[in-house]
Amino acid sequence: MALKKVRGNIERMFDKNLTDLVRGIRNSKENEAKYIAQCMEEIKQELRQENVAVKATAVAKLTYLQMLGYDISWAGFNIIEVMSSSKFTYKRIGYLASSQSFHTDTDLLMLTTNMIRKDLNSQNQYDAGVALSALACFISPDLARDLANDIMTLLSSTKPYLRKKAVLMMYKVFLRFPEALRPAFPRLKDKLEDMDCGVQSAAVNVVCELARKNPKNYLSLAPVFFKLMTSSTNNWMLIKIIKLFGALTPLEPRLGKKLIEPLTNLIHSTSAMSLLYECINTVIAVLISISSGMPNHSASIQLCVQKLRILIEDSDQNLKYLGLLAMSKILKTHPKSVQAHKDLIMVCLDDKDESIRLRALDLLYGMVSKKNLMEIVKKLMVHMDKAEGTIYRDELLVKIIDICSQDNYHFITSFEWYVSVLVELARVEGMKHGPLLAHQMLDVAVRVKAIRPFAVSQMTLLLNNAHMFMQPSGGSNMAHVLYAAAWICGEYAHELEKPEETLFSMLTGKVHSLPGHIQAAYVQNIMKVLSIILSKGDTQHSIKVCKRVSDKLAQYVSSGDLEVQERASAALQLISYIQKELENGDVDDIAIQVAYLFNGELNPVAPKAQRKVQVPEGLDLDVWINEPLQSSSESDDDNQSDDHNNFFNLGGFDKKEEEENTPNTIEQAEKNKKARLQEQENNPNYLKLNSSNDQTLDIPITSIDLPTSLNVSGFISSDKYIKAKKSKKDKKKSKKKKKGHNNFDEEEEEPVIEMIVNRDIGEMPDGAEDSDGVVDVQKDINDPHTALDINLDVPEIESTPPVEEKKEKHKKKKKEKEKKKKSEKSKKSKKLDKSDQQLIEIKQGYEEALGICTPSKEIVQAEDLSFSKLAMDKYVLLEYKIDPKNELINFATVFFRLTNIGNNCLIKNIEIDVNNSTAIQFLDEKNESLSWYKHSNSIQCGSLTEFDLSLRVDNITIPNILRGTLTYMAQIFQEDNFHQDKLDWRLTVAVSDMFLKAPPSVPLVELLCNGQLVFKSSIILSGTNFNQVINWFSTKLHLVLVERVGETASLYGSTASSEQLCLLVKSNSNNVSVEAKCTSQTLVDNLMSEIKSTYNI
Amino acid sequence: MIKAILVFNNYGKPRLSKFYQYFNEDMQQQIIKETFQLVSKRDDNVCNFLEGGSLIGGSDYKLIYRHYATLYFVFCVDSSESELGILDLIQVFVETLDKCFENVCELDLIFHVDKIHYILNELVMGGMVLETNMTEILSRIEEQNKLEKQEAGLAGAPSRAVSAMKNMNIPQQLKDIKLPDLPQAIKELKF
Repeated sequence: MALKKVRGNIERMFDKNLTDLVRGIRNSKENEAKYIAQCMEEIKQELRQENVAVKATAVAKLTYLQMLGYDISWAGFNIIEVMSSSKFTYKRIGYLASSQSFHTDTDLLMLTTNMIRKDLNSQNQYDAGVALSALACFISPDLARDLANDIMTLLSSTKPYLRKKAVLMMYKVFLRFPEALRPAFPRLKDKLEDMDCGVQSAAVNVVCELARKNPKNYLSLAPVFFKLMTSSTNNWMLIKIIKLFGALTPLEPRLGKKLIEPLTNLIHSTSAMSLLYECINTVIAVLISISSGMPNHSASIQLCVQKLRILIEDSDQNLKYLGLLAMSKILKTHPKSVQAHKDLIMVCLDDKDESIRLRALDLLYGMVSKKNLMEIVKKLMVHMDKAEGTIYRDELLVKIIDICSQDNYHFITSFEWYVSVLVELARVEGMKHGPLLAHQMLDVAVRVKAIRPFAVSQMTLLLNNAHMFMQPSGGSNMAHVLYAAAWICGEYAHELEKPEETLFSMLTGKVHSLPGHIQAAYVQNIMKVLSIILSKGDTQHSIKVCKRVSDKLAQYVSSGDLEVQERASAALQLISYIQKELENGDVDDIAIQVAYLFNGELNPVAPKAQRKVQVPEGLDLDVWINEPLQSSSESDDDNQSDDHNNFFNLGGFDKKEEEENTPNTIEQAEKNKKARLQEQENNPNYLKLNSSNDQTLDIPITSIDLPTSLNVSGFISSDKYIKAKKSKKDKKKSKKKKKGHNNFDEEEEEPVIEMIVNRDIGEMPDGAEDSDGVVDVQKDINDPHTALDINLDVPEIESTPPVEEKKEKHKKKKKEKEKKKKSEKSKKSKKLDKSDQQLIEIKQGYEEALGICTPSKEIVQAEDLSFSKLAMDKYVLLEYKIDPKNELINFATVFFRLTNIGNNCLIKNIEIDVNNSTAIQFLDEKNESLSWYKHSNSIQCGSLTEFDLSLRVDNITIPNILRGTLTYMAQIFQEDNFHQDKLDWRLTVAVSDMFLKAPPSVPLVELLCNGQLVFKSSIILSGTNFNQVINWFSTKLHLVLVERVGETASLYGSTASSEQLCLLVKSNSNNVSVEAKCTSQTLVDNLMSEIKSTYNI
Repeated sequence: MIKAILVFNNYGKPRLSKFYQYFNEDMQQQIIKETFQLVSKRDDNVCNFLEGGSLIGGSDYKLIYRHYATLYFVFCVDSSESELGILDLIQVFVETLDKCFENVCELDLIFHVDKIHYILNELVMGGMVLETNMTEILSRIEEQNKLEKQEAGLAGAPSRAVSAMKNMNIPQQLKDIKLPDLPQAIKELKF
């Protein structure tokens, strides 16, 4: 036996190990694949042997081959065998192989559960270490569920190495098994204050990852992080914390205000660039989130911009890049501060590094003004000529269009110049943004009436030179501009100088090599031009033209593209009809009739218009109109997808019918939808979303002076306009200096044309309104973080895993014990009377019964809108919220929130005195009047505490007022003294505060009919809009929105005393009318006066 | 989060690949290839960040890399990581390799890819940074190596001897390829 073992070992020595394999591969360069195939065979042999060492070597070799791209999943079982070896050496090899080749969906993983568990609990910390490292790469939902407890146990291991790894591992567990987050969170929180710096850092890392996706749930940790930030020296951790604060500040402005100072200090003091950079980034985030009044607001911005300038000027390209990146964030909110550094950014445009140039391009967007737009674009055009690589060129093109079209062409002073730029861009070879350019051309022509003659002349030139765009150069899709050219020439055909010429240039040429939708546009617009020629009234000439057109159109009829075919056939029929009429000598009449076909101006349509069209009653869009056929689905597929790739499509309706007739699968429907969206994106009759963002109510009028007459004999270079502009300037200078638009002073040879830009948001269907808020941000369901959106501040009512529950309970008991101890202590020291102690117990009772967060520790919560201000001074802010009790008539719970807003002080000895009356009073546990409440906790600087009291109101149909005082003591650390103060407060319990937020138990119609709601009242609110009113009613007045149809809505409110109320809200042209029906006259009257009084505010 | 860590040489040959998100082997090779094409065409004096390739990532991801002599070290990370922080991490990684292999060169990575993985596992776990302190990292690696030696014991001796003999074939001059001196600016970034 022993001999056999020895022999095995000796044989093994001459087996091929990993080094041999690598060397072998290197030596057989010509025949690598063959050599590896041979090795694979050997490995398979080795895996069949009993010896673990041999297997381990084989697995190690497989891991290497995996890196070279060979699939090794077939050896999964062997890998697990090696993982389960008792020797660390082999175990490590096995786990490495598993981490490289296993993944969440590997079936074999279910075999590993117990083995991994054993390793996690191993005596040797490195066994657990390698297991955790590998598990982090392939953990599946099942493994996460089964091993969550084991990993959680490791969180309190005595070895920092394991604690650290377990903390990181928990994040992976949360992703796969979100239910683990709640029970594990308290422990994770403890790890933030672990003795070991590495564990701390890991915990910060995990919380940062969690908070990045769901920041609001982690606001309560802000104080802990704040402490860490001001005390830690671990830069890696600081960076993470500062990044986390950047994500939290938008949710909690108060946090931002507190952060500015320490961050500014760090910016001044740190020598680590990485930390400096992240500090600047977070300061920017803070400044963005704080919209108003900050005393040293501009100072902070200045500091950031100044530091960023240093970064950008640095010779290190990395710092330059990051500086520009951060600069672009400032640009969004403080463009002025960035504009001061225009010089620097222009220099960066010439940098040899493409990444830096791209970043500088981003910044340019905010740099342009009416004055320098032409210059900047000129510079970019020069870059375009010089640039190598199409990616950068494409980027340049997009940026040029972005810059020029921003704010609805706000900075463009000469649209002729802009059209020339577009035409020039169209002539750059090998670009990918044909559709974008085409869209710009269309948009300008549609929106700017005065540019149409010029645009038409330029587009004619494009059409004449159509062959330029038809060269089959790879990847370019510049032919799309021909679509725009054809459309513009057709739509504004009356502007054409020589319609015949244009017509024939559209007819000739290799049009059939263009994409289908462009051909379709050609056919349609040929007809438009034809109608203009007819209107000239020359019969003989018209007949000739018609003949020629119909000859040429014949080729389209056989087009493979359905759309083209259909249009061509229709056009041919029409022409033959026209010809017949012409021969009858009826020129004028037919010309008018044909002109009718293309009558009317096309207006821009808002991008949301389609969505806003109300679905007619009885129409269910999800139901098949014709049941799908199974058989022919595949044969039609190619044809279909071809159709839908069209960027522009004028004959949408014909096609829709087609779609509905042809078989549809879900995928197909998806595809169609995408195509449709894309179509809308590119269709000139839809406006882009961004243009709807800023509605300029009064259309600004831009006046320009045309430098020359409109006779253009060739492509106009955009440079001309720059020169012209300059010369004009000189002229102006030479003249007497006159300010403002001196259109009328210009020389007569320069015709003055008003360039009015149609900056409307576009047409919308009747009754629909533009609501910007409607853009729905859908969360990705597949994103595991969606499931992790758990409010950790509110304890879960029931469903914690059983094991954890025990522990939780245990903890709670402990806490209670501690609390009791505390209260006992305080009893001794302060000699509280009995009622006081009772109070504390009552409070504990509340805590458990209602599940309300009454933390013993400080907590900063997200700004809860439902809280209203009760009293405030320099040190404290008292807020309240009233929640009626469903089960008890006339009772409500009042939640108080007390925030320490003082500068570096501690609030303690908090007491509340109440002037109870029989009409309204606070109650203690025994339902006896409570006139004095003492809060046992003190509040740290910047945090808050919450408590709640029971309230009884005698009559809930009338508003009630309760007065009282708040006394507290503030310990001011800086001055080292105490400040005691008393604040008066007045709590108004309005009738709406007592509404239960419950929907009606019977349909509203029934309720209205059954005659209970006899008392009526109404009010008209002017100067507001429907949405505001609805929003206000449902949030502030606690009414439930039952139904909403267009601009009409019904709301419902009820009280515990079973009073009921219905509200009908209607929008009239300028005001909103509110009608109420109620079971109680006083209630409805008081509600109306409440609406009135709050509305006036 | 770190999505992938790739090490390849000036010709695009992979020397280490670690993916923290699953891709099948073909995809992995394509990603390595694409990343190599993106990174290799960049001059040495341009910045070390570039927007991620089309195969891996998307807009939220960045490639952060360093080029040492014959090797590229590329980290693909999302926006939760600090760019300069990751550059420092690469530095820590390489310095650790340098300590473990005494003047590390490409050949060390070629022949000891498993060991490189073990070292990397002490820095990064499941895409999250585990440790940045080099002394701590080195002591952990040392302890695990010791453990391995103990287990090998006597039985391991002959095989070690054989492999030592095999190793003698490696041409010595190849060993001489060293890492260049690290630029001073980078050193200043250290934590």
